[in-house]
Amino acid sequence: MSFVLTEEEQMLRDSAKDFLAAKSPVSELRRLRDEGCKDGFRHAVWRGMAEMGWNGIVVEEDFGGVDMGFTAAGVLLREMGRTLAATPFIPSAILSATLLRLAGSDAQKGEHLPKIAGGEAVYAFAFDEKARHDPGTIDTRATKDGNGFRLNGSKRFVACGNGADMLIVAARLEDDSLGFFLVDPKADGVTKTMRRTVDSHVPADIDFKDVKLDGDAMLSGGADGQATFDHVLDVGRACLAAEQLGTAEEAFDRTLSYLKDRSQFGQPIGSFQSLQHRAAHMLGEIELAHSLVMKALRTLDENPSQAPLWIAAAKAKATEVSRHVTGEAIQMHGGIGMTDEHEIGFFFKRARAAGEFMGDERFNAERVATTTGF
Amino acid sequence: MSNLESFRKETRDWLEANCPASMRQPMKDEKDVCWGGKKFEFANDDQKLWLDRMAEKGWTAPQWPVEYGGGGLSSDEAQILKEEMKAINARDPLTSFGIWMLGPALLKYGSEEQKKHYLPQITRGEIRWCQGYSEPGAGSDLASLRTKGVDKGDYYEVTGQKVWTSYADKADWIFALVRTEPDKPKHEGISFLLIDMESDGVTTKPIKLISGKSPFCETFFDEVKVPKANLIGTAGKGWDIAKYLLSHERTNIVGAGGMAAGLNPVGAAHKSGEVDDKGRIADPMLRADVARLTIDALAFEATMRRVKDESDAGQGVGARASMLKYIGTELNKRRHELNLSAMGADGLLWEGPDPSDGGPARDWLRSRANSIEGGTSEIQLNILAKRVLNLPGA
Repeated sequence: MSFVLTEEEQMLRDSAKDFLAAKSPVSELRRLRDEGCKDGFRHAVWRGMAEMGWNGIVVEEDFGGVDMGFTAAGVLLREMGRTLAATPFIPSAILSATLLRLAGSDAQKGEHLPKIAGGEAVYAFAFDEKARHDPGTIDTRATKDGNGFRLNGSKRFVACGNGADMLIVAARLEDDSLGFFLVDPKADGVTKTMRRTVDSHVPADIDFKDVKLDGDAMLSGGADGQATFDHVLDVGRACLAAEQLGTAEEAFDRTLSYLKDRSQFGQPIGSFQSLQHRAAHMLGEIELAHSLVMKALRTLDENPSQAPLWIAAAKAKATEVSRHVTGEAIQMHGGIGMTDEHEIGFFFKRARAAGEFMGDERFNAERVATTTGF
Repeated sequence: MSNLESFRKETRDWLEANCPASMRQPMKDEKDVCWGGKKFEFANDDQKLWLDRMAEKGWTAPQWPVEYGGGGLSSDEAQILKEEMKAINARDPLTSFGIWMLGPALLKYGSEEQKKHYLPQITRGEIRWCQGYSEPGAGSDLASLRTKGVDKGDYYEVTGQKVWTSYADKADWIFALVRTEPDKPKHEGISFLLIDMESDGVTTKPIKLISGKSPFCETFFDEVKVPKANLIGTAGKGWDIAKYLLSHERTNIVGAGGMAAGLNPVGAAHKSGEVDDKGRIADPMLRADVARLTIDALAFEATMRRVKDESDAGQGVGARASMLKYIGTELNKRRHELNLSAMGADGLLWEGPDPSDGGPARDWLRSRANSIEGGTSEIQLNILAKRVLNLPGA
């Protein structure tokens, strides 16, 4: 495997830079927030991403995707992390698409994957049931009811849950194994509560009370539920780590410019050694996170059985580094960094929220220890 | 079969046929390290045989040109050789500052005559070198060095003192930075000289370190005559060579220094019985620390590979050696700290009946030098701030 991007991946990166700078800069996130947008993303941007082919980046060509792999998805996410693009990309194009690909029947794939890839509908994956990520705790139940099911339980902080057109819900079956159910958020018994989070994203807590589902609502591609769940979450973590890396890189670049521009005591503050050493240290930390993110994504594409260790390490490191760098970014900007008017605070907020999603550095360090065998 | 695959097979077969069985055992003590040189006493016949066979192939310096005693391998081939040696636990046939440090500088700056004369002696392990850089008054501010070389026509008369000269008492020759033009600004007027340690006026004195060992010396020069043929590159341009050589030294400190030796706090915890019935480190706080260390070790391993891939593709940030040196040495210190923590009081032993007693504590102490030697961590951060981040006034 190579740590260097292929020519195709480099072209994808360049076009992502252009698109995001034009359609989804940081100011767009501010606008979404100030308008009180209830979906948490701009539909026009989402359709534009679909036209670029991004929403089908991990969808097979037979179902309307371009199937370029997870490294390519990571290339896009790194750029989205740089502009803090708020989109359903991870919930819909990564988590839901991968879940359908692994666990969906041919009919289910044929119906839903083209909608994801084409940007016609936004899918959200509802799995967490606690405020802290704990994939071992799934108490939502799907019980047999005639030819279909009854769904009962509660999900918390479902990413894009408020704006999604379709939910995929992880639930326990009567034998305690895991199943995944396509649920229309408008169905009887589904109650959504919008939750606005610090990063201006709009997840939702979703309750399911005796929700009646048809038999074909369950993904029935035959794959083992737990193994599928673990893998889909790992895919999400690797991709999110790429986004976190981009956020750290952009916050660092902006801080570096500020160190060169801002003068105090008659000289640029970047000439002070106390700041120079901290900046150089951050450079090294970002390089370390970068290497783990690339290793995790490439391993996912080329040798997936070996990927869990690298993904856990990548998510842990990207979480730690993005939090450190964005915090230092505020400190080095001084008072202006504390103002809402300045954009650097948005990076600090997003780094915090992305760090919590699908497991923080402690959760993932625990997985590194377990996977390594200590 | 691709060229690389067939190279791998040939290499594997050759190593199998030529690496003596005793050279595939882990090193037991310092005598097992082959330094070469006129004063070196081989621990046994196999050690000498292994050196001679590898030197004959040019594989003590795999990527040097064949005409200077090297193996002429590409970086991919050299990587394969490394992997195949590791696969059979083959020892390094030769540990040599001549290969790590001086060689690359000679290849770049030496005259054809100098290269033909010195390099093959280095690859065959016939001459052992030491490095004369630091002085009592010139540590981090290396360019302020004051050892002087007075121009006496066909030779320089060298007088002064060097310090931290690794193994000067065992070396045959020294490569040294000497001020030959005292009136010039401090970065100019320095020349790079090769000096025979047998010359009249050279004396050495070992320095005892906190580890109890004495790998370093003070080296004194009292009106030592150094022929001008021993000048490398241009007189007064030694600082360029010094910087070039330091980047190789930094890379090697990262590669060596126990970092590749597989020092593992998990193993230490098992040895001291600090594990639960599932084989996990019993103390959850220690386990968390080891997990964080593991993440950074994986990140460092991946970064070394990425730097190689990017460098092969002509990409990547500059001053890589400084970045890797800073990260790698700080990581190594953490690893030694956690290793002792996992051992508890066993890790404090200074000596004992078992030959390995005292090793962990002394290695832990030695690791503190990693972030000082070859330019301190703070100097590396200065270099990164200046050359990579382009921060003002750095």
